[in-house]
Amino acid sequence: MATRTKRKNVLPGFGLTLGFTLAYLGIVVLIPISTIFFKTFTLTWPQFWAAVASPRTVAAYKLSFGASVAGASINSVFGFIVAWSLVRYEFPGKTLIDVMVDLPFALPTSVAGITLTAIYAGNGWIGQYLAPLGIKVAYAPLGVVVALTFVGLPFVVRTIQPVLEDLDQEYEEAAATLGASRLQTFVLVIAPALIPALLTGFALAFARALGEYGSVVFISGNMPMHTEVVPLLIMSKLEQFDYAGATAIAVVMLTASFAILLGINMLQRWSSRRLAA
Amino acid sequence: MEQPPAGGLTFAMASQSEGAPKRPGTADPPWVRRTLIAIMLVFLLLFLFLPVIAVFAEALKNGIAAYIAAIVDPEALAAIRLTLMTAAIAVPLNVTFGVAASWAIARFDFPGKQLLLTLIDIPFSVSPVIAGMLFVLLLGVRAPLGGWLADHNIRIIFAEPGIVLATIFVTFPLAARELIPIMQAVGSEEEEAAVVLGAGGWQMFFRVTLPNVKWGLLYGMVLCNARAMGEFGAVSVVSGHIRGHTNTMPLYVEILYNDYQFAAAFAVSSLLTLLAIATLIAKYFLERRAVPVKREQDDMAAKIAA
Repeated sequence: MATRTKRKNVLPGFGLTLGFTLAYLGIVVLIPISTIFFKTFTLTWPQFWAAVASPRTVAAYKLSFGASVAGASINSVFGFIVAWSLVRYEFPGKTLIDVMVDLPFALPTSVAGITLTAIYAGNGWIGQYLAPLGIKVAYAPLGVVVALTFVGLPFVVRTIQPVLEDLDQEYEEAAATLGASRLQTFVLVIAPALIPALLTGFALAFARALGEYGSVVFISGNMPMHTEVVPLLIMSKLEQFDYAGATAIAVVMLTASFAILLGINMLQRWSSRRLAA
Repeated sequence: MEQPPAGGLTFAMASQSEGAPKRPGTADPPWVRRTLIAIMLVFLLLFLFLPVIAVFAEALKNGIAAYIAAIVDPEALAAIRLTLMTAAIAVPLNVTFGVAASWAIARFDFPGKQLLLTLIDIPFSVSPVIAGMLFVLLLGVRAPLGGWLADHNIRIIFAEPGIVLATIFVTFPLAARELIPIMQAVGSEEEEAAVVLGAGGWQMFFRVTLPNVKWGLLYGMVLCNARAMGEFGAVSVVSGHIRGHTNTMPLYVEILYNDYQFAAAFAVSSLLTLLAIATLIAKYFLERRAVPVKREQDDMAAKIAA
């Protein structure tokens, strides 16, 4: 990167490409995004407050944030195990698994939704074994967690995997030579190097889960106050043409998303600084 | 999709292929290895493999004849047509944007570049439902612009153009995000040489730039296409659910499912699942070709020298 800065640039097309980039960005993204904030300004405070702080909305926030944290946490644990196994171990079917990890990116969310529902419903492949134990997954908050775990899985694996691949094993060797046990090496040498990536993966999975609609709508059952996530609540307000209410809630969610985006950017900067050091 | 930094990945692979001796101090005890692999397999079986198997099992529950009948149903075919049309508009536009943005960002320095990169990522962090809602607010009959359009009999929301617009928004960053790191990794030496030797801008682009990034470009197209065909939340908001008219395949799946036509819903889903699997296979083959190996070795040599 440093090599590029001081040379005189002879390449053509800067004005054309940057101009097109900015114009297209403006039309497709910035103008639509700005409408939502303009629309919010047309609301009065009581209107805004009534929409964003009603008991039904608060219940939806709790479920959305809670289930997203749960899904991202499950993914942090298991995603780490998947990434670790893929990078450090050899086993049959490794390539297949490595390729399949991206499935939640590629599979349309409505397909994921109906399939997970079919599997985890009371008579489904897995649900039938859980039902006698009194565990209800589909049409319960647990189902939301399952769906959000599914959609967030690749984020954690794909954030940790490259960092793990780049991790110089010399440090581990040095630790072993100096008498550290494998567990000590892991806790004191490997884990600190992975923490920024793990946090980034968690944040990415969390952000994705917070906005998720397609896979949740089928498995959750959509009962207000009980299994209704925020995107679903926005959807039902839109269907009743309550645009003001939908806008107010959407602004809250957008603000949360942008805060997470900012956090992820800072994490990544921290992470790359640590890798460079 | 986040890309690993191109240089680092091959570096790791190269150091392994040199036949590095087994490092005794860095191996986990066998019981740890077996336990972790077992946990991984169970977790992925529950969350990745079972869903894929279930799609096909449910789709074929009523036999192959019912499966085919569900897919050649006129409403299913209309949904397939609209899905293909939407992708055919959204993908070229966003890929063109990706090429332009990656050229400007990877080849030039200008103030606000970091901000531009962040702005390009916005659609990733917006919930699909909110993405669809943006266009309803902007272009719906109650909005000033939408009212004007309605007066001129132009229907966008609750019609096909709305679906296309929402899809463009949702898939907006994908191609650019793929191309920017590849363009940076390839470097500009060959292009500078072409220009210095007298090539015109387009000549340089078609003879040097495009061949250098073609696999990455193709990969960006595949990703963009998969997301365009599979988008559900955003198009659901703008579609208005008019049967056989404004349904894409994911929306049609929802309608069938809510009608308790489960086998048919899974039959259409199986097509989308095949698309997803094809996308993953394409990713496997394209990703490794995305950055030319020769240049990367140069890059590595430079890193070592530095």
